[in-house]
Amino acid sequence: MDIKYLVRKSISIRMKVVEIIYKSRMGHIGGSLSETDILVALFYAVMKPDDKFILSKGHSVEAYYVILADKGLIPWEELEKYCHFGSRLIGHPSVDIPGIDVATGSLGHGLSIACGMALALKLDKKDNKVYVLMGDGELQEGSVWEAAMFASTHKLDNLVAIVDRNRLQIGGDTESIVKLEPLADRWASFGWEVKEMNGHDIEEIVNTLNSFTFNSKPHIAIARTIKGKGVSFIENNYRWHHGELDEEKYQKAVEELKRHLEAIG
Amino acid sequence: MNPHIPCRKAFSEKLFELAKDDKSIIVLTTDARFSAAIDVFSYHLPNQFIDVGIAEQNAIGIAAGLSKMGRKPFVFMPACFLSARCIDQIKVDVIYSKSNVKLIGVSGGISYGPLGYTHHAVNDVAIMRTFPGMTIILPSDANQAKLVAEKLVEHTGPVYVRMGRGPVPPVYHENLRFEIGKANLLTEGDDVTIIGIGETTYYCLEAGKLLKKNSNINAEIIDMPTVKPLDEDLLFKEAKKTGRIVVVEEHSICGGLGSAIAEFLSQNFPTPMKILSLPDDFPIAGSSLQVFDYYGLTPEKISRSVVDFLSRFRK
Ligand SMILES: [Mg+2]
Repeated sequence: MDIKYLVRKSISIRMKVVEIIYKSRMGHIGGSLSETDILVALFYAVMKPDDKFILSKGHSVEAYYVILADKGLIPWEELEKYCHFGSRLIGHPSVDIPGIDVATGSLGHGLSIACGMALALKLDKKDNKVYVLMGDGELQEGSVWEAAMFASTHKLDNLVAIVDRNRLQIGGDTESIVKLEPLADRWASFGWEVKEMNGHDIEEIVNTLNSFTFNSKPHIAIARTIKGKGVSFIENNYRWHHGELDEEKYQKAVEELKRHLEAIG
Repeated sequence: MNPHIPCRKAFSEKLFELAKDDKSIIVLTTDARFSAAIDVFSYHLPNQFIDVGIAEQNAIGIAAGLSKMGRKPFVFMPACFLSARCIDQIKVDVIYSKSNVKLIGVSGGISYGPLGYTHHAVNDVAIMRTFPGMTIILPSDANQAKLVAEKLVEHTGPVYVRMGRGPVPPVYHENLRFEIGKANLLTEGDDVTIIGIGETTYYCLEAGKLLKKNSNINAEIIDMPTVKPLDEDLLFKEAKKTGRIVVVEEHSICGGLGSAIAEFLSQNFPTPMKILSLPDDFPIAGSSLQVFDYYGLTPEKISRSVVDFLSRFRK
């Protein structure tokens, strides 16, 4: 695992995320920056060919698009058309985009779909895995817990859920809106194997996700993250959930990300 | 002898036969294995049977996931829940995600008559019609239901099927037909076109006989099992021929087959129409026959409505 390469990748993806959100004057910047390191760990280190991925927190689509473009599934230049009139690169993933199996954006759907995929892999006796990334606010949807019960009943140990636990949702702190804690205990009580990790330490993310074995339990990694990670004036501020960048703020964000990149060398 | 058989039973029996040879068929249910008559899968094809428990939203998501891995999922649940409780999953995971999922609503319409409005599915067609790419089928008898099962295994794309709970008399005998998107002319006639769907088709046939006997009216009777896509060619042809159309359906007046036909004809060949249906209200409690009769959907009452309609819209 070339950690330096992965960290550089992560910062350059953040730079592109900031750029397309600046240019389109819309997007979900907080969540995209929050999840970037998790996506980089998945797409550049953890996932094997024919593994499945679902971005259940579909609004954080920008980082996902940039990675699909970096992987050659979307032409790089097409990123310029993010959220433009008639573009297929709209504000939530759709099946018109190569590499995306299901549309997401209505929260609380992804884990059920992932259960269906994991079940099919089991029936086919394949050892591929299904990864699903959920937001923490998303866990307020009851359907998530329907799927959680189903997954442990069917011993879907090829299913790996990740929670982007930045503790914020549009309206503020998750705990002040509807409490999620004790989150790890809740998942464990639903029959899941639970691990916690620093969602911005790519090495730790990779090691945690790779540590899940076929042990008859579905797995969940709760990633402690910072919404808006990498751009200090966006970090940890729920008002930036879908904040817009003007020219001055865009330049400021780019400069800060450049500094991060230079610091790695 | 033509025994009366519930459509849901015939459909499930046929699907079970097909599933023995086609391992990609997988049935899901939400604690409704007996209502859906798919318990036989759990005994003999356990790898093709999943009871998701009482979790409709989860069931649809799981089915979508299975379909993306090459399976052919058929999700069975009471039509009242299928058409409402999990509608966002149907919209996003099935329709928008272009998933090959078959949605099988059992005990639809007012099949659960005495159980009340929670268990009625009388706006299900209206809801399903608004999804682009959705196919909607209501078989009218057990033999046709079997044929629907057969066609759906071969068909790729989302389909909603609504069937009632109780046994129904046969509509089709040696003339059995079903093609997705095609209506079937059952009785020739040129005074009026009466269109039935699902369980009302049999009543339309009986009403046609009464009209001939009592009023010398030659009604042509059509079974229109597919609401979407609508058989526009046939509607255009028959509207031109008889000039007067009566639709009889076990559905709210809002948004069902009558609405679909009116949307098409009003813009392409305006034709006087009468829609005999359930009201935009909570249906009265009772057996199917009692409720049908109360709202004028039994043969005698259909025929009287037709006579009245023809007297108001003369050729
Ligand atoms: Mg959050």
